[in-house]
Amino acid sequence: MQNNSINFKKQATIKLADVRLQNALSRLQSRFVGGRAAVISEINDFQETRTAAAAVRDMALNDLEHWLLQFEQQATARGAVIHWAENGDDVNRIVAEIAALHGVRTAAKSKSMVSEECGLNDALEKAGVKVMETDLGEYILQLAHEAPSHIVAPVVHKNKEEIADLFADHHHTPRKTGIAELCREAREVLRPVFLNADMGISGGNFMIAETGSVLIVTNEGNGRLVTTLPRVHVAITGIEKVVPTLEDVTTLLRLLPRSATGQSITNYISLLTGTKSSEDHDGPEHFHIILLDNGRSSILGSDMQKMLRCIRCGACMNHCPVYQNIGGHAYGWVYPGPMGSILTPLLGGLEASPDLPNASTLCGACGAVCPVRIPLPDLLRNLREKQMERGMKTRQETFLLKSWAWLALHPKIYSFSTKIGVRLMKMMGGNKKLIHSLPGAPGWTNGRDFPAPSGQTFRELYQQGKHS
Amino acid sequence: MRVGLFVTCLVDSMRPRIGFATIKLLEAAGCEVIVPEHQTCCGQPGYNSGDRESAKKLALKFISEFESFEYVVIPSGSCAGMIRVHYPELFGDDPALFARFTALGKRTYELTDFLANIAKLEKAPGNFNGTITYHDSCSGLRELDVYKQPRALLATMPQVALNEMVESTTCCGFGGTFSVKYGEISTRMADNKCQHITDTHADAIVGGDLGCLLNIEGRMRRNGDNTTRVLHVAEVLSGMDKER
Ligand code: SF4
Repeated sequence: MQNNSINFKKQATIKLADVRLQNALSRLQSRFVGGRAAVISEINDFQETRTAAAAVRDMALNDLEHWLLQFEQQATARGAVIHWAENGDDVNRIVAEIAALHGVRTAAKSKSMVSEECGLNDALEKAGVKVMETDLGEYILQLAHEAPSHIVAPVVHKNKEEIADLFADHHHTPRKTGIAELCREAREVLRPVFLNADMGISGGNFMIAETGSVLIVTNEGNGRLVTTLPRVHVAITGIEKVVPTLEDVTTLLRLLPRSATGQSITNYISLLTGTKSSEDHDGPEHFHIILLDNGRSSILGSDMQKMLRCIRCGACMNHCPVYQNIGGHAYGWVYPGPMGSILTPLLGGLEASPDLPNASTLCGACGAVCPVRIPLPDLLRNLREKQMERGMKTRQETFLLKSWAWLALHPKIYSFSTKIGVRLMKMMGGNKKLIHSLPGAPGWTNGRDFPAPSGQTFRELYQQGKHS
Repeated sequence: MRVGLFVTCLVDSMRPRIGFATIKLLEAAGCEVIVPEHQTCCGQPGYNSGDRESAKKLALKFISEFESFEYVVIPSGSCAGMIRVHYPELFGDDPALFARFTALGKRTYELTDFLANIAKLEKAPGNFNGTITYHDSCSGLRELDVYKQPRALLATMPQVALNEMVESTTCCGFGGTFSVKYGEISTRMADNKCQHITDTHADAIVGGDLGCLLNIEGRMRRNGDNTTRVLHVAEVLSGMDKER
């Protein structure tokens, strides 16, 4: 997918004015934020479980090569074929080759954010493979030719009415309005897709090194159908998703659904191990696992490594007051919200996303909910420091920051300047004691007044008091 | 108790009364208050904008002025968080300085945290009469666990009725330079906050960080609400909310 995060500011303005989107976003908050709050109390050692989950992820990341090689060995021994992909184009090429090898004409796909990184669907269509998304949300987006705006609830930006219109248009059926009816209609359209597809494509929430299994966490039955009915299954995931043992993954599974959707457990947790054996009734004859790097290995061992702990639960965006107001598309690439504001610059280059690390108040809500304790605010600040070091801040900002620091380091001059400053601001405030326009900060006064100061600094008044 | 007061740059310039209210409260709690003369800014604006170098210089200035006190008290959760949490981090590669900053951080408190938990102020001297609603500023809440403390202190004032808004712990959109750089998003966040405040019909919105209060008041006044009062918790607790 094309990285459009350079246009963050422009997009955010558009999204703030989009009434339909605003309504859709308000629902997300009550459903996911409220839902999570209700179920985390089921775990009485919730905070300790977060610490343990972070430790599991760190153990895997600190010795990533070892666990990946063990995974490869175990998966291969059970009949899977492992492919290593350096970037998105590699993934697209490998999938197209697999399709050609097995004479695949149609593919059924379950949800995969990694495949969004690659722009896989377009590439496969070009290679002559018809791809159908089967996750309800992703199916809707495929009809609408839109990108997901949330990593767990991809279609959160759309309301029921829009979906009803889309279905009526594409299915040539009378327009339905009930959610149950719409789901039934989608199910009817999608069922033959599963049955007829030559290839199933899925993501992978975790890879288990000790068994060579790919684990996927889903709520719709589509994930299971896609990975077991077609004769070829291709799972695509990032290299960082490996976990040493099944025991380890259970810790993560206690947190993932609770953090993501406010569920104690999802409807399906599928552990996909090897190809169909002679005793199995179902399962794929060919199982290919593609492991994508796409810049992840450059994060490994750096001061940003903790970002790779991410288990893609979406809690950070659900709780982010910026995301809650602008939605996911404004961020311009696959991953939105706080985790996206870090991952996008890390994977796509800091130059390409100058706004993302800065478009946060550092309120800390994301870090407080992250199930694997990623210090998201610290990582955002760290990226800002890198922008400063590399001279990527505007000259004006650098000048203001440096001048302020210089003043603050020189108390006498500081005291004199603030004395003048507050008198000036008092005058600007007039009778109402409100400044309607601050020449240096239109960003503030376009939407807000600035409450004017009383005209003398604390320092002055305190000194006067001491001497009187 | 010998307390060094860090007024904060924002209070120094924008609302000195909060500084005097803080002194009054600390003295009411039996503290000896000293205001180091050359104090300026804790370095947070630079730190949060990526200017780590300047933040380090200001941290060194701060420690030279405040290290000698038994306690350091600050009428702001975000500045107290800067000193308690972030100063030690800035010197993670220098064990001697790290230890000194960690020790200083442990003695540094946000005002209501100090009054409630250390000085154990039993009754706030203020006489505010009316309903208030409380906004929990982000750094105080998430870095220092300040939530119950201001409420406990306000509860010692018989004429104060607390009417909680929904999402009192959601960011108001200030975020320092964020409020200027991303003015539109910031304004929308302030708008949501103002709506929640209005819904409580409180006479005053009260909080512990002047930055957030300026943001909230700025949006409120622009929206035409000229009656809801916007007050720092020190002003309310001290009874200095009326003087101008
Ligand atoms: S950063 Fe943390 S909260 Fe955000 S998606 Fe990843 S695991 Fe979830």
